[in-house]
Amino acid sequence: MFTVKRLFSTSHSSVDSKEMKKFQLLAHKWWDEEGEYAALHSMNDIRVPFIRDTLLSMSSNYHLGNPLSGIKILDVGCGGGLLSEPLGRLGASVTGIDPVEDNIRTADRHKSFDPVLAKRIQYKSSSLEEIVEESMETFDVIVASEVVEHVADLEMFIKCCSQVLKPDGSLFITTINKTQLSYVLGIVVAEKIMGIVPEGTHEWEKFIPPEELEHLLESNGFLVKTVKGMLYNPLSGSWSWTESMSLNYAVHAVKAGAQPTDTPPETDIQQPSATAGTAGTAPDGPV
Amino acid sequence: MVGSAMAAVLGHDIHFHDKKIALLEAGPRKDYDHLPDSYSNRVSSISPGSATLLSSCGAWDHVCSLRLKPFRRMQVWDACSEAMIVFEKDDLDDMGYIVENDVIMSALTKQLDAVADRVEVFYRSKAVGYTWPLPSHSCDTSPWVQVELADGRRLQTKLLIGADGHNSVVRKEAEIQNIEHQYDQSAVVATLHLSEATDNNVAWQRFLPTGPIALLPLSDTASSLVWSTSHDHALELLAMDEETFVDSINSAFWSNINHSEFIDTAGAMFRSAISLLKPSGTAVRQLPPSVAKVDPESRAMFPLGMGHATEYVQHRVALIGDAAHRVHPLAGQGVNLGFGDIACLAHHLSAAAFNGSDLGSLKHLLKFETERQRHNVSLIAATDVLKRLYSTTLAPLVLLRTWGLQATNALPPVKEQIMAFASK
Repeated sequence: MFTVKRLFSTSHSSVDSKEMKKFQLLAHKWWDEEGEYAALHSMNDIRVPFIRDTLLSMSSNYHLGNPLSGIKILDVGCGGGLLSEPLGRLGASVTGIDPVEDNIRTADRHKSFDPVLAKRIQYKSSSLEEIVEESMETFDVIVASEVVEHVADLEMFIKCCSQVLKPDGSLFITTINKTQLSYVLGIVVAEKIMGIVPEGTHEWEKFIPPEELEHLLESNGFLVKTVKGMLYNPLSGSWSWTESMSLNYAVHAVKAGAQPTDTPPETDIQQPSATAGTAGTAPDGPV
Repeated sequence: MVGSAMAAVLGHDIHFHDKKIALLEAGPRKDYDHLPDSYSNRVSSISPGSATLLSSCGAWDHVCSLRLKPFRRMQVWDACSEAMIVFEKDDLDDMGYIVENDVIMSALTKQLDAVADRVEVFYRSKAVGYTWPLPSHSCDTSPWVQVELADGRRLQTKLLIGADGHNSVVRKEAEIQNIEHQYDQSAVVATLHLSEATDNNVAWQRFLPTGPIALLPLSDTASSLVWSTSHDHALELLAMDEETFVDSINSAFWSNINHSEFIDTAGAMFRSAISLLKPSGTAVRQLPPSVAKVDPESRAMFPLGMGHATEYVQHRVALIGDAAHRVHPLAGQGVNLGFGDIACLAHHLSAAAFNGSDLGSLKHLLKFETERQRHNVSLIAATDVLKRLYSTTLAPLVLLRTWGLQATNALPPVKEQIMAFASK
């Protein structure tokens, strides 16, 4: 129901310095599963399977014991590494970037105790724009979870994503919708009343409606495969998928191959499958 | 045994393909190419659920090719009255299997060898120190559990599973409370030979005022004894000559010395009342086989107790088997509870591994705890009540349990519930 703050990283022009300070203060709290970032920890229960199953359905050759083996993932706005670590454990080689140096320090230290992750994950204190040049068409997958609502220039962010992705690479985004409900629940209730999220984490004006995000993606050479709603239950502290996208939602988009389409096919917003294939946009059956 | 099974099950789990498992084993490596001719006196009653678990890691095939005895019927009766209850499978399915612990260990050892790249077994090892991590959000010290071995080696792990028996050191070191009680009973075990060969596919148990005596089939001509009785009587049983020992067993199963006319009459009246309501009748009483001799050197005794850990898990720690719960052997459930723990914990760990989660996280460990406590507590409590209810010769209680047993025996749905629960 709420986005949980997680810092994005984009270019100098799109990183917001006010946002950076906000997250610096909380950098040491990342790994407390019951603390400020509890909702982000539990979001792993649905976003990791979403990413894993989508990628498995697009691949013909994988081992269940090591499902993401050989896949290069860029985790943009990796924060303390909450999502980078599980993806690394599943076999992916992960690059996590975040403009807040304290976040990278926390993430680096946390993975350093784990010899398996130490090899598979590298963190870098950097914005997305800063690595574009050295990383052209480098990654199979980009993950930007709970990031785009903090970005100053979303279109530039998406363009950068497209540049560092290999053709047919996947972009996963989770974020929060711009609705009256998300204002009431995401800011008034979550921040001011219940304190699930520290006050000042979100600015409602920066929230993005799914239609707008889809439009931005498609006009920048992506095919949107899946858009689906996510719901946080603050009582059980758990996330689930839902039909409604009025609060949080997740998007999977694929960078179009060699020749980007100017007029991408219309994609049904409500495509409730986590496992849309690579070919075409026909919605799968309801899950 | 439970620890080896846990390691074998995880070692054979597809989602653990990439993980490293260390098994600390105090004893030496045990495996047989040829089983000794004589039966071991330490046997377990394996439920179909436990057999399924052992199949999941491939060990059950080895058990079957080594030695086991299926049983199809279980008869439990009272020494103070005619009351009895019979559990029976209608179809030809097995109710359970009597298997020597050594056979299970040997089968598990074979299956551990098969995944030697994932599971490293440290035989004859001893942990001398545990260092627990601070709560997860502290980033400056190692977030893992560190284990120091007697030979000076140090291991570190994300998850420590304590399967170290009812005196669990892991439980004590983790400062987990244990509710425990020593029974005023010891169990005497022995390997027995029957007077004549029979199908021998019934597990027999009779409740004597001093404790239950059970005769579990090993083959057409051999059975295993588990006799729970007072500590003094147990010592006597161990000290007496073989012939007297055999006589004591036979009379424990056959004697009606504890019957009283009052209870017999009341029981008979209740039974005829039931037969009016249910003319088709209830299961027929069978007679246990008579015992001819005891295997020399096979007699042994050990004290009995019950115990239950208030928590099965903590951050990066889980307790399974007797480390988490200890029961009276009267229900033959001790090892099955342990195997049930393994099935449940392995299920949650496998899902966690497939989600890339930290295996030592309390999140999924708590799911294991909730599920298992729900199951184990009811069984432990029921076993404890039965033990106490049958340890008396007081007429009102004898009458109560006589009627209770007779009524239960006459109610197939209740019996099916009990069997379904016990076969997990």
